[in-house]
Amino acid sequence: MPNRPKRSFRLRPDLPGGRALFKGLAFASPFLIGFAVFFAWPILASGYYSLTDFSLFQPPKFVGLANYQRMLIDAKFWKSLYNTLFLTVTGVPLSLAIALAGAHVLNLPVRGQPLFRALVYLPTIIPVVAGGFLWRWLLNAQYGFVNEILRWFSIPQPNWLVEPAWGSISVLLVSLWTVGGTMLIYLAALKDVPQDLYEAAAIDGAGPWRRFVYVTWPTISSVTLFQIVVLLIAYLQIFTQPFVLAKDPGIGSSTSSGPGDSMLTYSVYLFQNAFLFLKMGYASAMAWMLLVVTLAVTLVLLWSSRFWVHNGRARD
Amino acid sequence: MAAPVISLQRGVNWVAQRAVTILLVAVFVFPFVVMLTTAFKPTDDIFSAPPELWPRTWTLEQFMLAVNQFPFFRYLANTLLISGLSVAGTLLASPLVAYSLAKLEWPGRNLLFVTVLATMMLPPQVTLIPVYMLWNGLGATNSYLPLVVPAFLGTPFFIFMIRQFLLAVPDELIEAARIDGASELRICWTIVLPIARPALITSAVFQFVWTWTDFLNPLIYLNDSDKYTLSIGLYSFFGQHGVQWGPLMAACVLFTLPAVVIYIAAQRYFVGGIAAGAVK
Repeated sequence: MPNRPKRSFRLRPDLPGGRALFKGLAFASPFLIGFAVFFAWPILASGYYSLTDFSLFQPPKFVGLANYQRMLIDAKFWKSLYNTLFLTVTGVPLSLAIALAGAHVLNLPVRGQPLFRALVYLPTIIPVVAGGFLWRWLLNAQYGFVNEILRWFSIPQPNWLVEPAWGSISVLLVSLWTVGGTMLIYLAALKDVPQDLYEAAAIDGAGPWRRFVYVTWPTISSVTLFQIVVLLIAYLQIFTQPFVLAKDPGIGSSTSSGPGDSMLTYSVYLFQNAFLFLKMGYASAMAWMLLVVTLAVTLVLLWSSRFWVHNGRARD
Repeated sequence: MAAPVISLQRGVNWVAQRAVTILLVAVFVFPFVVMLTTAFKPTDDIFSAPPELWPRTWTLEQFMLAVNQFPFFRYLANTLLISGLSVAGTLLASPLVAYSLAKLEWPGRNLLFVTVLATMMLPPQVTLIPVYMLWNGLGATNSYLPLVVPAFLGTPFFIFMIRQFLLAVPDELIEAARIDGASELRICWTIVLPIARPALITSAVFQFVWTWTDFLNPLIYLNDSDKYTLSIGLYSFFGQHGVQWGPLMAACVLFTLPAVVIYIAAQRYFVGGIAAGAVK
């Protein structure tokens, strides 16, 4: 603010400005410590580790960019990247579409909607481990309900958790089950669309589809941007769902990654490298790649938003 | 007059709206219903092809098996302890930081706010290994410290949410208390935070459910099976004696129940919290 008188702040409790700074820092001190210990230092340390060869039992040894070079020729790395990108590219648009359609349904004038909204959100409360085992049961080829329902409609029934081609899709299915949070955010956004815009559009003779395209979609576009960012970050990091779905009941070993490695996501492979193969330098390099990719994707999205996100009310 | 046509159309609309709502809800709830009914079936009923939804006889057999086959109550106590401590930490630390960001004016405040937002976006994988090495260096792996201490240093998401709520608290209230000579900590605790109760409850229930359901952190830090949480206990239980679907589903029900009870009790806070995240 150009016209506000400037205050001078000094870290001296006897001066008014110094007191303010002292108080501000004192109240913020838990996070200042937490940020230093759990965020700032670890990011830098992980950057350094990514240039070293080390494990729990061996101090870091500097190896330059060797870990990054190894990624290029590591077939499992590419497989995990492919699986993660597949889940992201399918999961984000599907989540948005299901959430938006579902939000419209939950916005209908039907009695009992508060209960229905609560029920749709329920799957996100269920612990992912419990949800994962539940879905293994539902997707069971012999006793599971999913194939039973497909059988009613004479749709071919895949062997979900056994065929490599269906492994990733099983993970996608389990993730989409928890889309309720996204749906409720869209519902809140729908309720914020000014009613007079719909009335004006109706007077102009716009049908439901045109009202959606010209009124609803532009008005909620800033919420859509938020949802895309959150979903993208979540799908790029997806870990527990594939990790639980892939658990091998026979051996019980944590290295199993689904039929044909179809559930080996980036985060699962990162975890395996860090804590099972004890290649912590390599895992740190993977973590840094993930950070760079997440940052780049987010920035591109925010930059693109100027072309499709409308601030405030929809314009004609 | 076309009145009958209109009322017919209304009737069709009325039915269609309800049908589509029920279909939507059914898709999301059906898996949960299968978990419940499977847990109450006798073992023979569970393995029927084609599968049947409703148990022919209701029995607690699977629950007894589950509780006897793995130390459910020990894991329950462990999980409750970790979740309770995390909630305490969140309620102690995050409001203070939020107060500093919303109601105190000091240089660097905006920088700190941006920092809080940035850390919310950070993939946890990036800090995972150095933080693990840190706890390892302190000899604290295989203890609950790595799972609990971070909450006492403030969680970015909750700091952000409480801060947004505090912005709406009128400054006059705080000014008046300052003139009366109340200390800042006293103002924060006795005047501002009681007003922010909804945001605090929302933070507490979210923190509880997150810790309750957390998988990655207990997986990395806990080695002794005595110290396992329900997440890790259930994970390692799977396949130990072959796959026993009955006890497994019963254990899943028992594991899920507390989270669902909290969710039902605090449902309006959940919905408020979810929507708060999307506010520009």
